[in-house]
Amino acid sequence: MDERLRTELSRQGVFVTTLGELYNWGRKNSIWPLGFGLACCAIEMIAASMARWDLARFGAEVFRPSPRQADLMIVAGTVTKKMAPQVVRLYNQMPEPKYVIAMGACAISGGPFRDGYNVLQGIDRYLPVDVHIPGCPPRPEALLHGFMTLQKLIEEQELTGARRPRHLADGPPSEFPIPEHGEHGLVPSHNPELWPPAKSSA
Amino acid sequence: MESLEQIKLWIEGAVPDARIEIVANPGPAAQHSLLVGLDQAVPVARFLLEDSRLRLDYASNVTGVDWPETMLKEKRKVKQTIDGVEREIEETSEHVRPGYLEVVYHLYSMALKQGPVILRLRTRDRTASARVPSLTPVWRGAEFQEREVFDLFGVLFDGHPDLRRILMWDGFRDFPMRKDYTPTPEVEPVPAPIP
Repeated sequence: MDERLRTELSRQGVFVTTLGELYNWGRKNSIWPLGFGLACCAIEMIAASMARWDLARFGAEVFRPSPRQADLMIVAGTVTKKMAPQVVRLYNQMPEPKYVIAMGACAISGGPFRDGYNVLQGIDRYLPVDVHIPGCPPRPEALLHGFMTLQKLIEEQELTGARRPRHLADGPPSEFPIPEHGEHGLVPSHNPELWPPAKSSA
Repeated sequence: MESLEQIKLWIEGAVPDARIEIVANPGPAAQHSLLVGLDQAVPVARFLLEDSRLRLDYASNVTGVDWPETMLKEKRKVKQTIDGVEREIEETSEHVRPGYLEVVYHLYSMALKQGPVILRLRTRDRTASARVPSLTPVWRGAEFQEREVFDLFGVLFDGHPDLRRILMWDGFRDFPMRKDYTPTPEVEPVPAPIP
């Protein structure tokens, strides 16, 4: 629909929308995060959810204690190799549509512990991360910004065609392989379908 | 706190065949320690706990140190007569110091408000007989810390009630805090060219 016509109509008190826009508007304003934290980033995440920064303004105040009821996984903190299989398992237990925010340097790349013997060098080796929030730890404002970025991403998702989200595609629901604890580290060391990320042509 | 020399004499008086050596710390902290022979380590520890002058009832910290095999160089001045003229010549000798692992205990007394006394136990080598007697029967609080030393350094504690890995998973085979540990190489992403 022509954007100018829509603006003109709304000026006259007539609101025009599409079913897809309505659908995405509903989805993006009730993203329920999974209530789990791994390290100090979790403290900032908790602060962001409380009265001062008030994540409730974005419809995301309901931190769910069960992955079955959550839409968003905020990976807040250092993912150790001992913890990584459980993180992937929790993600697999979440129903589609689901999203992942990697919060903080550790969740993105391992951060200051990157060269340690027990730290995963970024959760995007096993999970499809939608938004990365840099910082050590990121301030609650940064989490809010990352959250709004995710809302924008959901708003712009097409519901039909080749670029439709995973949960609207045909086929069985996606399962991400859970790494196992091997003799010297995690096996496999990454999910080859996700990592390394494809080089962008732009 | 009494001097280490005095404590050493007390121990030798109470545990006759104990082999005690004072390891000096040359740094500004000057925190010297007692190297205790493995055979008598448990009786020595029990003496330190029970003696009325020491009463070291609190094992504040247990940690490990890895000493890999190294080449030690020693310089000596030797007098030699060459062509009838006496000269002083520096001679360098090298010898291999075999590697070993150490377990270090920091002990305090809550009862007498004194400490620390630092104990060292030294394994025979870094591979087959990397064993020391466990001091958990003496200080119950050492249990988890000895498990941690086992987990990260691979020191086996004889007499430990529950010697399992504590931080890494059970199937893990390496000892990450040893000097010769190299982590398995990770896949690095190829950075995209800057346009």
